[in-house]
Amino acid sequence: MIALVWLVPLLPLIGFLVNGLGRNVLSKGVLGFIGSAVVLGSFIISVLIFNELHSSPQAAHVIPLFDWIQAGNFKVPFSFQVDGLSAIMLLIITGIGFLIHVYSTGYMHYDAGFAKFFAYLNLFIFFMLLLVLGSNYVVMFIGWEGVGLCSYLLIGFWFTNSAYASAAKKAFVMNRIGDLGFLIAVFLIFTTFGSIEFTEVFSKADGPGIGAGMLTLITILLFVGATGKSAQVPLFTWLPDAMAGPTPVSALIHAATMVTAGIYMIARSNILFTLAPYTLDIVAVIGIVTALLAAAIAITQTDIKKVLAYSTVSQLGYMFLGLGVGAFTGSFFHVITHAFFKALLFLGAGSVIHGMSNEQDMRLMGGLRSKLPVTFWTMLAGTIAIAGLPPFSGFFSKDEILAHAYEHNKLLWVLGVIGAMLTSFYMFRMLFLTFSGKFRGTHEQEHHAHESPSSMTIPLVILAILSVAGGLLNVPEALGGSQWLHEFLSPVFAASTASAAHGEPMDHATEFMLMAISVGGALVSLVIAYFRYGKSGHVPAPDFGPRSFFAKLSYHKFYIDEFYDALIRKPLDAVSGFLFSVVDKTGIDGLVNGLGKGTVETSKGLRLLQTGNIGFYIFMMVIGILAILVYSFIKI
Amino acid sequence: MNLLSVLVFSPLVAGLIVLVLPASLQSRYKYVALAATILQVLLSVLVWVRFNPSLGGVNNEHTLQFAEKLSWIQLNVGGDSRLQIDYFLAIDGLSMPFLLLTSLVMFVAVLSSWEITTNLKGYFALFMLLDTAVMGVFTAMDFFLFYLFYELMLLPIYFLIGMWGGVKREYAAIKFFLYTLFGSVFMLLIMVGLYFSVQDPLTGDHTFNMVHMMNPANYVDGSLFAKFSGQLLLGIPARSLAFIVLFVAFAIKVPIVPLHTWLPDAHVEAPTPVSIVLAGILLKVGGYGVIRICYSIFPEAALGYAWWIGLIGVVSIIYGALNALAQRDLKRLVAYSSVSHMGFVLLGIASVTAEGISGAMMQMISHGFLSVMLFFLVGVIYTRVHDREIANFRGLSQLMPQYTFFIMVAFFASLGLPGFSAFIAEAFSLTGAFKSAGVNGLIPRWMALGGSVGILLSAAYLLWTLQRMFFGQLRLSGGEPWRLLLTDVTIREKIALVPLAAMALLLGILPGVVFTQINTSVLDLVKLVNP
Repeated sequence: MIALVWLVPLLPLIGFLVNGLGRNVLSKGVLGFIGSAVVLGSFIISVLIFNELHSSPQAAHVIPLFDWIQAGNFKVPFSFQVDGLSAIMLLIITGIGFLIHVYSTGYMHYDAGFAKFFAYLNLFIFFMLLLVLGSNYVVMFIGWEGVGLCSYLLIGFWFTNSAYASAAKKAFVMNRIGDLGFLIAVFLIFTTFGSIEFTEVFSKADGPGIGAGMLTLITILLFVGATGKSAQVPLFTWLPDAMAGPTPVSALIHAATMVTAGIYMIARSNILFTLAPYTLDIVAVIGIVTALLAAAIAITQTDIKKVLAYSTVSQLGYMFLGLGVGAFTGSFFHVITHAFFKALLFLGAGSVIHGMSNEQDMRLMGGLRSKLPVTFWTMLAGTIAIAGLPPFSGFFSKDEILAHAYEHNKLLWVLGVIGAMLTSFYMFRMLFLTFSGKFRGTHEQEHHAHESPSSMTIPLVILAILSVAGGLLNVPEALGGSQWLHEFLSPVFAASTASAAHGEPMDHATEFMLMAISVGGALVSLVIAYFRYGKSGHVPAPDFGPRSFFAKLSYHKFYIDEFYDALIRKPLDAVSGFLFSVVDKTGIDGLVNGLGKGTVETSKGLRLLQTGNIGFYIFMMVIGILAILVYSFIKI
Repeated sequence: MNLLSVLVFSPLVAGLIVLVLPASLQSRYKYVALAATILQVLLSVLVWVRFNPSLGGVNNEHTLQFAEKLSWIQLNVGGDSRLQIDYFLAIDGLSMPFLLLTSLVMFVAVLSSWEITTNLKGYFALFMLLDTAVMGVFTAMDFFLFYLFYELMLLPIYFLIGMWGGVKREYAAIKFFLYTLFGSVFMLLIMVGLYFSVQDPLTGDHTFNMVHMMNPANYVDGSLFAKFSGQLLLGIPARSLAFIVLFVAFAIKVPIVPLHTWLPDAHVEAPTPVSIVLAGILLKVGGYGVIRICYSIFPEAALGYAWWIGLIGVVSIIYGALNALAQRDLKRLVAYSSVSHMGFVLLGIASVTAEGISGAMMQMISHGFLSVMLFFLVGVIYTRVHDREIANFRGLSQLMPQYTFFIMVAFFASLGLPGFSAFIAEAFSLTGAFKSAGVNGLIPRWMALGGSVGILLSAAYLLWTLQRMFFGQLRLSGGEPWRLLLTDVTIREKIALVPLAAMALLLGILPGVVFTQINTSVLDLVKLVNP
């Protein structure tokens, strides 16, 4: 089955073509069916591939498809790599992707762009699969840019709203800044290693002739690429804006899959990063800074999707923290559990928005528990999971990252726990604001509010089960687990594990203490959120209402957008305006036109000498002879 | 008769037919031109198919293909020396792709000539003359013949802009003419100098044969351009000066910053079909000339000035992109983006690596298709409402969804999205530039980095334009009349656009289509320049 892996991306591509070309011909039912069925097909094949891989462990299968480019000695084969890392990603992308396709048949049912939506969604799945399956950096980069395109198209899906179109542009351009880093890294990898194939590059990584400086440079550039796609400081502001897209898109692209591409890329290149410890430190610091900054913004947001968006940024920060402290498995574990509970939370939010006739402001919600029971219970499961309360999935993955952070640097751990407390607070705040207390919307909304159709609730239930049970994938030894994921991925991270320095393994008593502290912190936050928003029914102030200094800072996202505007966009506009109107128009063109004018004016002046008067000509001749005589005398 | 001769002169025949047809049939002229270009497309496809990619050509006369060599002008000029000018057409991997590019672009240009309504006889006759001249430039292997075709291009372009152009057409036409003439006058001097320095190894006569000029053994000892004669001109080694003069002549066409200001004016004033030919083909003549003549005949000077050429490339990339960001006129924006994209050609060539030169070739072909598509699309709006000001349009996607689709394809392809030709081209040019530092030390790393920034800027100005003109609520400065005039693309327009988009996509997905055809020649060229 592994040899047939090319079918996995091919099916969604076919779905894209059929839905794209047949958008005016096929009925909504057929379109939705094709869109979902191709992804289901890919999922089934992915499961079979996973089984085969699981029963016969081997480091990596590289499946060559064809020689793609050859110019000089630069060769790019088009080939796929199947190993533990990509096999799990396949399951996430196609599995969650399928659920979200099904959900979308309900959510987008009344949208005029139904066909276009499914075509784009299939195209996204195709590129995302290319990204994780590529066996070299070029194929990965193609997928990487391709998902960026789909993200652009889907964020700006309702493009008649120019704010949405602007958000799409922002996302693409910010991603491009990161992509530039990635692209330059690929150039350097090629010139340094003479190849871009993963297996070849990684086997040469600690070989002779590869300087530590070059490795540091390459990994920093790769990380720049990751900060763009995975929305880390400083390139994170596009992700909250990306919520302009339809909610299933936010769940699939901007929570579960595309935004984790940066983590996937670093996990894939783990050996390069392990050999560049400075870069790892940068990754860890950026990760924790992002985690805290985004969490600090999330605690005051009032748009339900914005809360989840900042939460995503923050959780991605945790994953980078994990990578930075060498917890590759832990990070990837968090990718998996996060995909479960964040997709669930977004789809739940979508269900709320759907039920509330497109209302996203939590100040106008409240008391929806009885009206949307399935949505409430599933979102509760998701909230507990992300808050890190045992035995839900988020507890296990976050705990593993924090434990490694503790071993690496105590300060990172402390900050991580603070972030976890903030997480628990903003999530329960969101839950209480939405589902408990009195209804605060309009009368029509109250009358209209309803539970979503089963095409939407069934995916919610499935994701809720996964969010609850997902932690079982990698239960730590201290709790009597077998660490299945760790074992499964060990071939991928083998080289890094071998070359990383090994300290004493943490004793179980410390581990239990760390767990107790983070769980305790999360519980405290839960209680605070309950008393403030659940019990006393506090509602956040209106947009320009009174706020304390820090609340204002947080509510306005620390004015980072405004800062970037002043720092980058305005100077760029000024420079380009200056270059055009001053340098190009007045300078270069002024010179060119001046030459022309000069010639014309000179000839005009000289023309006047042609008077036609013979006396004048003789006079000039005499003057000329005199001048020559004077000149020759002086010269002598 | 030789295939290349047919390719070169069939448009001329069509032009003559247009001239002799009575004026009562003037509505049929365009079909004559269309038929000629379709024939040309078929012939160049035939050349493509019959081309043998394992033969390099470049400086080896025996591996040039489709060669046709006739003695043309033989004059005894006293004593034992004879004037020897050959009618010598041939192609290799460095010129072959341009034949298909030229014929396709000409086909699209004729399709967009439907908008021309005045003085049709003159228009189509000149257009066909231009076609012949361009084809001649890409196939001539005798410098004299090359120069003849090269100058012949000027004449029709001058009149096409000056007579059928916009408001400031005379200014733009004369500016274009003088800029180009400035370059080519000096080219003439160098050409004559080369003639007196080079001997045909068989006959011992002086010759204009370019292939002979590429072999140092054919230079008369002590002659002006002999490699080790050490002759100085104006205090610079003669060969270096010759290289600089020829480079400037071709670079004006490319164009390079700061010799580029003819281009935005020419584009803005030119009617759409002429813009298409300018951007699609004439700019490539510049790049082709640099490769075929400057680099092949004066390789050691090319290596010596690589740093400067690379710098010019990078400056053009960034300067063009920043200027594009400041434009308010859509056509001017596309014109400046051309300056930026052509910078990659110079950067790739300057690296003298197989990757860089392949990338440069690919960029010329890719930009050929994409810029034509962009100018054609600008023309679609302009013919409908005679306005191109970006700020005057908003939310066009609701009015013209298919048009928006084509614009998006063209924009995303131009900004280097993988899957389209420009990505391959720019990535390879940059790979070459990055590699150069480690292999031959010609291009420093920071230039390669600078070039990469251009990719980012192109995303900025193209997406910004997309957002301003096509998204948001519909709002047109011309109000209701414009709304009625702005109809979606017609069948004729689709016939022109679809092949262009298909080529950009095909070359992006299967770049081997071009790379395999040019690879041997590119490797030979690299060996010739940097042995």
